[in-house]
Amino acid sequence: MDLPLIWTAVIAFGVAMYIIMDGFDLGVGILFPFARDEAWRDVMMDSIAPVWDGNETWLVLGGAGLFGAFPLAYATVLPALYVPLILFLVALVFRGIAFEFRHRADTSRGLWNLSFAAGSTLAAFAQGLVLGSFVQGLPIENGRFVGDVLSFLTPFSVFTGAALVVGYGLLGATWLIRKTEGDLQARAFAWARGLALGLLAAIVAVSLWTPLTQEAIAARWFGMPGLLLLSPIPVLTAFCGLFLLLSLKARRENMPFLFAIGLFLLSYLGLAVSLWPYIVPRALTIWDAAAPPTTQLFLLVGVVLFIPLILIYTVIVYRVFRGKVRHGEGYHH
Amino acid sequence: MDVDPILLSRLQFAFTIAFHILFPTLTIGLACFLALVEGLWLKTRDTRWRDLYRFWVKLFALSFGMGVVTGIPMSFQFGTNFSPFSTATGNVIGPLLGYEVLTAFFLEASFLGIMLFGWKRVGPGLHFFATLMVAFGTTLSAFWILSANSWMQTPQGHILGADGVFRVDDWWEVIFNPSFPYRLAHMVTASLLTTSFVVAGVSAWQVLKDRHADTARKALKLGIAAAAILAPLQLVIGDFHGLNTLEHQPVKVAAMEGNWKAGPDIPLLLFALPDEAAETNHLEVGIPGGASLILRHSTDGVVPGLTDVPAGDRPPVAIVFFSFRIMVGIGLLMIGMAWLGVLLRRRLPRSYLWGLAGMVPSGFVATLAGWTVTEVGRQPFTVQGLMRTADSVSPELQGPEVMTSLMLFAIVYHMVLAAFLYFAARAVRTGPVPDDRPAPQPALAPTATTTGDA
Repeated sequence: MDLPLIWTAVIAFGVAMYIIMDGFDLGVGILFPFARDEAWRDVMMDSIAPVWDGNETWLVLGGAGLFGAFPLAYATVLPALYVPLILFLVALVFRGIAFEFRHRADTSRGLWNLSFAAGSTLAAFAQGLVLGSFVQGLPIENGRFVGDVLSFLTPFSVFTGAALVVGYGLLGATWLIRKTEGDLQARAFAWARGLALGLLAAIVAVSLWTPLTQEAIAARWFGMPGLLLLSPIPVLTAFCGLFLLLSLKARRENMPFLFAIGLFLLSYLGLAVSLWPYIVPRALTIWDAAAPPTTQLFLLVGVVLFIPLILIYTVIVYRVFRGKVRHGEGYHH
Repeated sequence: MDVDPILLSRLQFAFTIAFHILFPTLTIGLACFLALVEGLWLKTRDTRWRDLYRFWVKLFALSFGMGVVTGIPMSFQFGTNFSPFSTATGNVIGPLLGYEVLTAFFLEASFLGIMLFGWKRVGPGLHFFATLMVAFGTTLSAFWILSANSWMQTPQGHILGADGVFRVDDWWEVIFNPSFPYRLAHMVTASLLTTSFVVAGVSAWQVLKDRHADTARKALKLGIAAAAILAPLQLVIGDFHGLNTLEHQPVKVAAMEGNWKAGPDIPLLLFALPDEAAETNHLEVGIPGGASLILRHSTDGVVPGLTDVPAGDRPPVAIVFFSFRIMVGIGLLMIGMAWLGVLLRRRLPRSYLWGLAGMVPSGFVATLAGWTVTEVGRQPFTVQGLMRTADSVSPELQGPEVMTSLMLFAIVYHMVLAAFLYFAARAVRTGPVPDDRPAPQPALAPTATTTGDA
């Protein structure tokens, strides 16, 4: 049994869950400044208030899972990305506290609106910085980061940062299409259309940028048999983007969210293909960084037992809060 | 300015974890309190219990939110600031944190949504179940994190390789390491006790200021009763914990007692000024033979001394010494206040109620002091006797960047703390308002069926 491979799948699953679930609630925060009035903002926040905490827990699972299953990767990557990670964590503080505080505020509401919107946007941007510099490859020698404090800051990482803000914004807009009605929903359709075009452009740009700057990635995608085996990924991405735009045009309520998730998953798959088999690009493979079998097996037992249970009560919570959110419905505690 | 990145990373970790632990300390206890109150409401149908639930759940939500946002950075700081420590111990404590997320965090985070927002959407049974799951989740999370911390204090069940990496030999031994049962009991009791004084103190204030005093009085009695049981119990658990430390971390005990030379007939110091350079104390005030009596149950009992180990292996004595006295002093005060309340229960004088209100922060101070004893007392090691703190900090980091992040955390955390206290104080001033909204009903149909494609 190839434990590191199984664990890579587990971590990849956890990260994908995080990207989708926290992605849409970060996206709602990114769209916050564009809301027409406080009533819209109430509805937007109510649509995610009961679930955001569970969504963000997938991030903690990613952190703890990496620490346990690939301690060497955890210890190599995290110090290298010190600045964007600290920015990310501080941004999460600002948006996380806004849920309770905004609800209780009367005079300071504007402050918590800002805290929520800026926190969500900065969190998404910093995540994109982390992603971009990670994909580009960090200066690592003998398992240790040898770059400087600003190594993470490159045109590419800034671009992926902006792209992730757009992408999460799209997830947020399509989520709002599902959860709202009337004027707000109409506006969410408009947001989603613009953001979908933006994200598709960003996907094309990254798909050209990475093979042009990294030979290994070019060889994987354009060499044989890669070209044949991998061609379904860009083709499916193109179809997914097309269906997304069509479903928005047809004013469908659930499909845009699913196609937006599809775009994220395909892009994610594309990145995984580009980086395989590295867990720290061009420095450590998943086997180099793996914890011993005793550790990986022990934690895997927990994963097998508890992930299905977690998924079950996640479904229960989403079912309890299904349906449209109406202003003043007041299911707040 | 040349600043030491090692010291800064340690300060940052100490600050962020000390700040964080304040909130779980309250939420573990409050979740149990809320489960009790909701149970009483469902059983007795006395609406005052429901009003209490709806008041305390506000403070719980605020506190839980603070715990979440300050907790997420913790799971990354091992890697960012303590990368050699992560490399060395990831095989051992990584999975313990993983189990904490899998078994506890998802449970509490998911059911919290129903607990806070589901009052009108689910039936009373499911709502009560959600409260119970949140209470269970918070306690379960204490189980795993305290197991990880205890392994750092009393490591076993591992093999330390020549490469300096710990590999697990026996998981059972790792999880149930010698200090774990005592630390778990001590911390969970600390959490319940802290909460008892918060509930009693806040309710006392509400009674004094007549903020729905009739309802607040029920919580006041519950708080005093719980404290009267828990405070003495905590003293006993603490004693057992201390004896366990004596067995496994004698130098920590020497620092707690301020004892330099091992020997029999060691006094229990009430006050002293430890002098590390001269390896002695100044201005000692003590009870002869007291430390020997407490630790060895005989004045002839030998108490370990700091000079048993080289100076480089000793913790900073004064911090441990004074923190220990703060913790124990508050503990004794708690026992006194709780039992005074039991004796005066027929008619609690206003001065007593003001005293209780003043003790709202007591449990937090005692908890922080206790953690200072156990963490500083383990120094200069991160893994007792096996890995030094100086070798645990990320060498990649430079002083200025850690200085910046430390200041950022300090500023941001204090800002949100100020907002938290503001909103908490406002909720307390409003008090447990009678709530006339309908009680939990059997699950309502969703407000609208989702139109669309499916």
